[in-house]
Amino acid sequence: MNPRGKQTWKLLLALMAALSLIAAACGGGSDAASDDGTAEDTATDAAATAEDDAVEDEDGAMEDDAMEEDAMAMEADFNVGLTYDIGGRGDQSFNDSAAAGLDRAVSELGVTPSEAEPNADGSNRAELLQLQADQSTLVVAVGFLFAEDVKAVAPENPDVNFAVIDDAMLDFDNGAAPWGDNIAGLTFAEEQGSFLVGAAAALKSESGTLGFIGGVGGFGLIEKFEAGFAAGARAVNPDIVIIPQYITMAPDFDGFFAADRAQEIALAMYDQGADVIYHAAGGSGAGLFEAAKARSEESGTKVWAIGVDSDQYNTVDPSVQEYILTSMLKRVDNAVFEITHAQANGEFVAGNTVYDLSSDGVGYSTSGGFVDDIVDQLEDFKAQIVAGEIVVPTEP
Amino acid sequence: MKTPLLRRIGLTVAAPLTAGLFALIVSALVLEASGSPAVETFRVMLENGLKLETMVDTLNRATPLFLAGVAAAIGFRMNLFNIGVEGQYILAGFLAAWIGASVVLPGPLHVGLIVVSAMVIGGLWSGIAGVLKVTRGVNEVISTIMLNFIATGAIVAGLLPRAIEDPTATNQGTPTIAESGWLPNLNWVLELVTRDITKGRKLTGVIAIAIVVGVIYHVVLNRTRIGFDLRSSGMNPFAARAGGVPPKKMVMYAMIATGMVAGLVGMPEILSDNHAYDQGFIQGLGFAGIAVALLGRNNAPGMAFAALLFGFLDSSSAVLQVRSTASSEIVTIMQAVILLAAVVAYEIVNRIRQRDEVQRASLLSGAAS
Repeated sequence: MNPRGKQTWKLLLALMAALSLIAAACGGGSDAASDDGTAEDTATDAAATAEDDAVEDEDGAMEDDAMEEDAMAMEADFNVGLTYDIGGRGDQSFNDSAAAGLDRAVSELGVTPSEAEPNADGSNRAELLQLQADQSTLVVAVGFLFAEDVKAVAPENPDVNFAVIDDAMLDFDNGAAPWGDNIAGLTFAEEQGSFLVGAAAALKSESGTLGFIGGVGGFGLIEKFEAGFAAGARAVNPDIVIIPQYITMAPDFDGFFAADRAQEIALAMYDQGADVIYHAAGGSGAGLFEAAKARSEESGTKVWAIGVDSDQYNTVDPSVQEYILTSMLKRVDNAVFEITHAQANGEFVAGNTVYDLSSDGVGYSTSGGFVDDIVDQLEDFKAQIVAGEIVVPTEP
Repeated sequence: MKTPLLRRIGLTVAAPLTAGLFALIVSALVLEASGSPAVETFRVMLENGLKLETMVDTLNRATPLFLAGVAAAIGFRMNLFNIGVEGQYILAGFLAAWIGASVVLPGPLHVGLIVVSAMVIGGLWSGIAGVLKVTRGVNEVISTIMLNFIATGAIVAGLLPRAIEDPTATNQGTPTIAESGWLPNLNWVLELVTRDITKGRKLTGVIAIAIVVGVIYHVVLNRTRIGFDLRSSGMNPFAARAGGVPPKKMVMYAMIATGMVAGLVGMPEILSDNHAYDQGFIQGLGFAGIAVALLGRNNAPGMAFAALLFGFLDSSSAVLQVRSTASSEIVTIMQAVILLAAVVAYEIVNRIRQRDEVQRASLLSGAAS
């Protein structure tokens, strides 16, 4: 390579590196704009009180609930540090759901929020938690990737409570004891919500065949969705046929980001006679919705898709909305709100809290009105699960 | 007649200074445009950066960045564009963590085994690109990018299921390495000159390895025969060959050395932090290392400075968010602007120097005739 070529290469590399950095910055750019409104007024005040003693805040909160134990709109004067996973507020998924819970806690409980997300490579999770703990009495970490860092940071901050979403935070080698008095794990009974959408699928199915697309199999989490879905469908129709298919197996997590493969799988399932398909595959779900639309338009008879985690009717492209029968809701927002509420009442509990149907931690959506005719039956199943008359399995 | 001393010093200092100033101005404009107070933002960053705990964060962040920078720079010095540091360190980190988790040895031996296996694996993987270049003439840019995909997509993804101990765990990874394979933290070194480090911050012991690597890099490149051969192959491969430097051998040396250093990039995670390879394993350091090498002009002190600067900026992103001062993206924008401005500034300074040289030469020849 001649010297001129070398310089061109260098400039090109620098340009590429710089552009990729800027692209990374723009990726999360939307939150800069949305943050500003709330950031402005708390900025000076948060900076000023950042060094303040966390205990002082906690005392304030205690006083408050002693005074207004029963009042619905209490003024909880403490700081909640919500720590997102990569993507942060504005990802239209997991993080956004957590953000909704925080917003609700701010307006209903009057807590002061501080939000943060790690570097794009996830290198500074522990530092973020520590900084949040410096000024907050409750630190909520969104996602199981924070589990190890919370175990390390929490003992250093005994006056601050920590909650991790999607990890039980129990020491299973030690009789499933909590990792610390100030560490809570917030998990969800995904199988219960899946049971209800499984029942909905079976009630709506005319062919007697259903499909289940799992994003990534082999690590236990997605199998819970399949087990609940199958149990719900069989509760309606014991003879129903369910075709389960996982896109990839752990640790290959591409299955959550493979819309094209989900689309292929969905089309094959529709070919085999399925007329309702449920996905627990994150971003790959878009492929299922496209497949439902394509197949419905091509054959003239409507086939359905079922969404997951959030009310996907509201987040997808409007052209595929009419094919989304319902969505299994995983109410991360409720979990964030509930743990904040518990903190405000001085009722923070260490260890694993499972958000299930009884606490509206999971559920199903009715957007679009496609399940309006079967809501009574679904509510009936829900009541039976809450009452313990139906025990939903967690393994297929 | 020589270029005046003052002018030479001025030129050396001018490039980083103007780049820094330019970056500061652009960042201030971006901050104000997005509705965040620029002065307040810089004040928070500075105040936070001067805290002992943040300094530990900065050093911890700078350590792998510096190693990745050195790995990239070894190649750059002889015109080899090794884009493969990314795949090399991830593969080396994964396999070394697995090897480390499957044995229990006395302390120093255990750590030594992990470090050596990481270096050997990184060197071997990078060596593949070297062999391809030497025997088949495959451009190393292409081969290293492809090797990145093979390392992460095929080998790590394919082998990880075999390493997993608990298939029901949410965070899948290799088993945790036994305590004998943990590198002690170096908090005590800092505490000799400062107060006690609180908040659970631990200065990674890998920083000692990074310093040794930096010194070896500097000495070998500037003070030994092989370093001279390497640099001359980079500056002018034809002249070097005419001068008796075997080009193929140099390519192999450089590729293996760059891979060996790349293998160390994941060590803070394995030896100090997580003691396992799991889904939280840091990705992207290989590419960040290219930026560090560019900013540091491929020399050891320069890259150390660049790594510290990037480490400081990264640690600022956390405090800016938590204090709701500014969006964390400002940090990425600053890094990008500094990098672009520095490359442009160095280029301008280079041209001024070249012009000076030409003037000097013509003056000298004029005087001689």
